[in-house]
Amino acid sequence: MQARAPESAVRFTSKRFAARAARPVNRDACAQEWPEAGLAVFWSPFDPKPSLRIEAGRVVELDGTPEAQFDWLDRFIARYALDLQAAEEAMALEPLAVARQIVDPHVPRRRVVRLVSGLTPARLVEVVNCLNVVEMMMALQKMRARRTPANQAHVTNRKENPALLAADAAEAAERGFAELETTVGVARYAPLNALAVLIGSQAATRGAALTQCAVEEALGLRLALLGLTTYAETLSVYGTEAAFRDGDDTPWSKAFLASAYASRGVKVRFTSGTGSEALMGHAEGKSMLYLEARCLMAVKGAGAQGVQNGSISCIALPEALPGGVRGVLAENLMAALLDLEVATGNDAMASHSEIRKTAKLMLQFLPGADFIFSGYSSMPREDNLFGGGNFDAEDLDDYNILQRDMQVDGGLRPVREPEILEVRRRAARAGQAVFQELGLPPVTDEEVESAVTARSSADMPDRDVVADLAAAEALLRAGRNSLDVIRALARRGFPDLAEKLLAVQKLRVSGDYLQTSAILVPSGRVLSAVNDPNDYAGPGTGYRPSPERVAEINDVPQAADPRTIGAEPGEAVLAELGEAAPGVDPQEVILAVGPAFGTALRATLTGLPHRDVIRALVAGIEAEGMRARLIKVRDTADCGWIGWKGAQLSGSGIAVGLQSKGTTVIHRRDLAPLNNLELFPQAPNLTLESYRVIGRNAAKYAKGEPVLPVPVEIDNFARLKWIVAATVLHRRETEQVRAGAPPVEVRLL
Amino acid sequence: MNEDYPLAEKHPDQLRTPTGRPFAAITLHAAVAGEIGMEDLRITPEALEWQARIAESEGRTQLAENLRRAAELTRLPDERILEIYEALRPGRSDKAALERLADELERDYGAFRCARLLRDAAV
Repeated sequence: MQARAPESAVRFTSKRFAARAARPVNRDACAQEWPEAGLAVFWSPFDPKPSLRIEAGRVVELDGTPEAQFDWLDRFIARYALDLQAAEEAMALEPLAVARQIVDPHVPRRRVVRLVSGLTPARLVEVVNCLNVVEMMMALQKMRARRTPANQAHVTNRKENPALLAADAAEAAERGFAELETTVGVARYAPLNALAVLIGSQAATRGAALTQCAVEEALGLRLALLGLTTYAETLSVYGTEAAFRDGDDTPWSKAFLASAYASRGVKVRFTSGTGSEALMGHAEGKSMLYLEARCLMAVKGAGAQGVQNGSISCIALPEALPGGVRGVLAENLMAALLDLEVATGNDAMASHSEIRKTAKLMLQFLPGADFIFSGYSSMPREDNLFGGGNFDAEDLDDYNILQRDMQVDGGLRPVREPEILEVRRRAARAGQAVFQELGLPPVTDEEVESAVTARSSADMPDRDVVADLAAAEALLRAGRNSLDVIRALARRGFPDLAEKLLAVQKLRVSGDYLQTSAILVPSGRVLSAVNDPNDYAGPGTGYRPSPERVAEINDVPQAADPRTIGAEPGEAVLAELGEAAPGVDPQEVILAVGPAFGTALRATLTGLPHRDVIRALVAGIEAEGMRARLIKVRDTADCGWIGWKGAQLSGSGIAVGLQSKGTTVIHRRDLAPLNNLELFPQAPNLTLESYRVIGRNAAKYAKGEPVLPVPVEIDNFARLKWIVAATVLHRRETEQVRAGAPPVEVRLL
Repeated sequence: MNEDYPLAEKHPDQLRTPTGRPFAAITLHAAVAGEIGMEDLRITPEALEWQARIAESEGRTQLAENLRRAAELTRLPDERILEIYEALRPGRSDKAALERLADELERDYGAFRCARLLRDAAV
């Protein structure tokens, strides 16, 4: 059978099936398990049974494999990762007993970490397999290393334009991202991209992000040594020896690399994730989670402070299989259980479906993680050189609203356009100045201005790629470094950026950010699992956003001040004439308005002036040869009652009841108050023409003629848009209610 | 919670750059004046040992060991570090070559922990 795109796979007879087949979720790959090929998330029949035999302080059997047959991973884990002292107690416990301690808020995190340090990879998988996703979320909330959650952004663009990179980095930092990761389309661009993002990361008014550049290991180390990056992340590890070999490393080379970074005071985080071994053809029939457990223990054994996992760029593969999303949460949790900082994925595109991608995000967003995203695409998806971006620049308002909805600290803060334009301009100008100082190909004024307002690199002028690449190589060869950048910034009128960049570089001297889960907070302080340890122990403990942080999360720019709705003063358009008497003229149709109509309020929900609404209704009534009498009902704000009270006074027995917000009813004297002839409950759908036709219909009812109900378009979204204004206007109307006050005649001024 | 951490806040007076400058001497003025170089923006073996002890006090044995290996590597030039890393990658070196590198690490740099790592990698 040939491989086919999922959407073309099936033709349906039913139109509903066909409609569902066209939905985004059905464009995602979806497959049954095939353990032999590594296409199984939680369990494979070829996974080993957990076992651990220790003789004279030496591991002689690990998960069913005798020492003589250890591969790289077994050997490395046995030697460096397993805590043999904790192992005796931990391995003697039933997996379920360990699982319960993980979730139980009364069992301290430290105790769980110690237990887990004595578990073999196969047993660790058994343990997390005892938990459902809600329990895993509770566990992640308790077990992540740092109490305060944070977030990482991706900053790249297709044209590798330095002004845009700098501006995007500055915006990302301003929005609250604690770390920025860039990468390259063309590998040789790395030094320039790293430089642009480094400069931009310090241009935010609030916040100072750490930066990295995902490139080949040796080049990555070189950039870090030069101070052009301030941390490193893409130290990839794999769960089988063959995959490790294809990745051109061994557990020992990775451990050495970790020490090499630390020797220059540079923070590192490793990378792993389910699905990579299967994709590389080296899963050896093992489940993704078992292989990931091996990866994570290799990471711990290497002495890395943390890891990014959650399938990362392979995410579509576990998502295609049963339990894939649960598996991703399970691997995040395993990292936290091993006391590693964890950046929990959510970076690469995981689904065509907005529903599905958001549901997946909740598993990390709600419990919180050291980094909820290991790369939120801070630019539009098409500029993301990491292969898309599950959430991107255009989802930022959604993300901020999710924080506000759930009162969850997702690491970001709402911003206003003026502050963003300012920091973007500062970043692009600083980049321009540094490029000039360092003798790099010029960044033009046009590039700077385009970078301030660009949506994507499509809005940027093209650069001389050949010159850029030559300059990038020369920069690296000459060993230009962060001090050169600091000096250039200081010389060219950016002393504040220079100062901030120097503060970041000083982290290399103190090494404070080498501790687990370290970030820089806006005050310039280092926050890590050492001075901000996760102390979750049930309700009322652990991370709770401060009142100031809650206020910041709540302050989205689109939030209207409800106090201003309908509050503007103006001239009344109605004058009261005295108590309304019952009518005797059978040609009379009453227009009964609510207590605030034309006085305390002067327009409907959508802004139709009350004067025009009355005129339209009167025109409709008079066109049928009938006469309108205007009264104001003062003792109720309810639309049905207003109409009914009008009908009691109407000579014809017909009345139109009008609330100030525009909701309208046609009523008849003999009907129950909350019954009606026609009701128009959605004021936003009514136009002046609608009111004219309502007047005409009321007149026809009065004449006893057959009436075709007024056609009204129903917009189910109207309520979503107008509900706050409707609430406030109705409140203003109810404020005008005078109990027991009889209706009065009114006239239009 | 470790009382010494963060060192930059709690003990800035005891931090030094590899050239012996006090932590407080790393200023923008000094940077612009060319008084400090990249060699000053590096961690010392002493600071790494301090961080290793902090990691240990938090129960992070492997992180502490990594930081102690790093303390040894502070004495190696960048290029030598890159070369050793390269030698450790798959298929680059036989057992004897890694043994020789381990000997060099011990002899020239007193890097015993790193040497042990290399010997363990050599199979």
